[in-house]
Amino acid sequence: MKEEAVVVTNNLIKSFGDNHVLKGFNMDLQKGENLVVLGKSGSGKSVLIKCMVGLLYPDHGSVKVFGQEVADLSVDELDELRTKIGFLFQSSALYDSMTVRENLEFPLKRHHPKLNQKEVDDLVMEALANVGLERAVDLMPSELSGGMRKRIGLARTLILKPEIMLYDEPTTGLDPVTSREISELILEVQNNYKTSSIIITHDMDCARTVANRVIILINGERYAMGTFDELMKSDDPQLKPFFAAL
Amino acid sequence: MDNKTGYKHFIEEVGNISAFTWKFFKAFFNRKQEWKEIIRQCYIIGYQSMPLVGITAFIMGLVLTVQSRPTLEEFGAVSYLPAMVALSMVREIGPVVTALICAGKIGSSIGAELGSMRVTEQIDAMEVSGTNPFRYLVVTRVTACIFMLPVLVVVADGISLYASYLGVNLKGVLTWNLYYHQVFESLSFSDILPAYIKTYFFGLAIGIIGCYKGYYSNKGTEGVGIAANSAVVVSSLVVFIMDLIAVQVADMLGYT
Repeated sequence: MKEEAVVVTNNLIKSFGDNHVLKGFNMDLQKGENLVVLGKSGSGKSVLIKCMVGLLYPDHGSVKVFGQEVADLSVDELDELRTKIGFLFQSSALYDSMTVRENLEFPLKRHHPKLNQKEVDDLVMEALANVGLERAVDLMPSELSGGMRKRIGLARTLILKPEIMLYDEPTTGLDPVTSREISELILEVQNNYKTSSIIITHDMDCARTVANRVIILINGERYAMGTFDELMKSDDPQLKPFFAAL
Repeated sequence: MDNKTGYKHFIEEVGNISAFTWKFFKAFFNRKQEWKEIIRQCYIIGYQSMPLVGITAFIMGLVLTVQSRPTLEEFGAVSYLPAMVALSMVREIGPVVTALICAGKIGSSIGAELGSMRVTEQIDAMEVSGTNPFRYLVVTRVTACIFMLPVLVVVADGISLYASYLGVNLKGVLTWNLYYHQVFESLSFSDILPAYIKTYFFGLAIGIIGCYKGYYSNKGTEGVGIAANSAVVVSSLVVFIMDLIAVQVADMLGYT
């Protein structure tokens, strides 16, 4: 398979006051792969993916998505780019004043205004079927469990059929069984939607299940990169703690 | 917070709210608008505030009438009661009390709602889905405030005048026709117009400050409480400051 990078960061630097979060971070995401970024809490993993969708802007360095420098895009160009990127938030970020159906319809009706209600309904049910939650269509977010919220958040993201998926700690706060289900769902999304994904996590079971490649982020820099097994077998004392529980 | 920091924070806040207002006007005059959401917000902000505004206006009209009567009686000027109440209500009490009620009800609700959406990443989720959250959340709410506050003030004026009519009749007899005649004989164009125009600015202030406080809320759930609280406090204060300016401007233009 010919390698084709869909996301490239080069010498990415981001600080919040005196807190230097990213200190020259380099990475690339190849088309069709699942890339897991591992790191301690507060190591800048979420900041990294927020820079990719223009929620945050780097102080220095470059973030290119589909060859476009994110910081140089106009508002309309950025909105256009964002339709190709799905972002699953740690908290799922469902619109809590809307039902599940309305949550899924919200992005769809904005980006495909010519669809009639029947087509919208079909796409909503298809997205819910893909995450196994058709029965939740008329529930409010407050009536959903943590795992269901993650699935609905994923369905809302997938309804626009993004080419890139960014998962911000998709299994945090979930029980082991549900975490496993979410990890398998990430693999299904990769296979069914042919997405390229970055998964931010510190759940090693999730990382082992979904990763084609793993990057370890330490002190704001890319400390190590490789397959999960390669990194797990490493004798590097900085890497050992990540895999100690396995 | 020492004085220097407090002063600096105040200047920063004024600058940020001014920039936020400028951003609102730029988006307000954009052709792309969320009309359906604007209408929904008009319903929430306008229609759903009517009972509270109506009850408050009724009580204000009645109380003002009942409490003014003894003073006017002392001077043998009870017949001026409808005119006095009408002028007070239409020129000052109606707009300001309605704006304060709305600052409490609408300002806090907008501050808390947007603050909660901010801390639960819903605003970020909207942004990354390619929907402009400023246009969808802020422009719609501020626009609804601007257009609904004058409507609420007119309703409040009408209800308070009717309550005043009842108040007059508690200790006397006055027909509705005569009361109505006395009220409108005392009111002129220069009483109604400045009072009406300033209500648009009150609506703008309540909407902008409620949205600003909520939209830039942080510090988690504590931040939501702070956003709701400061939205009420700041917008109430701004309503009084705007009222002061409106009186001066009306006076300079000869509308007194």
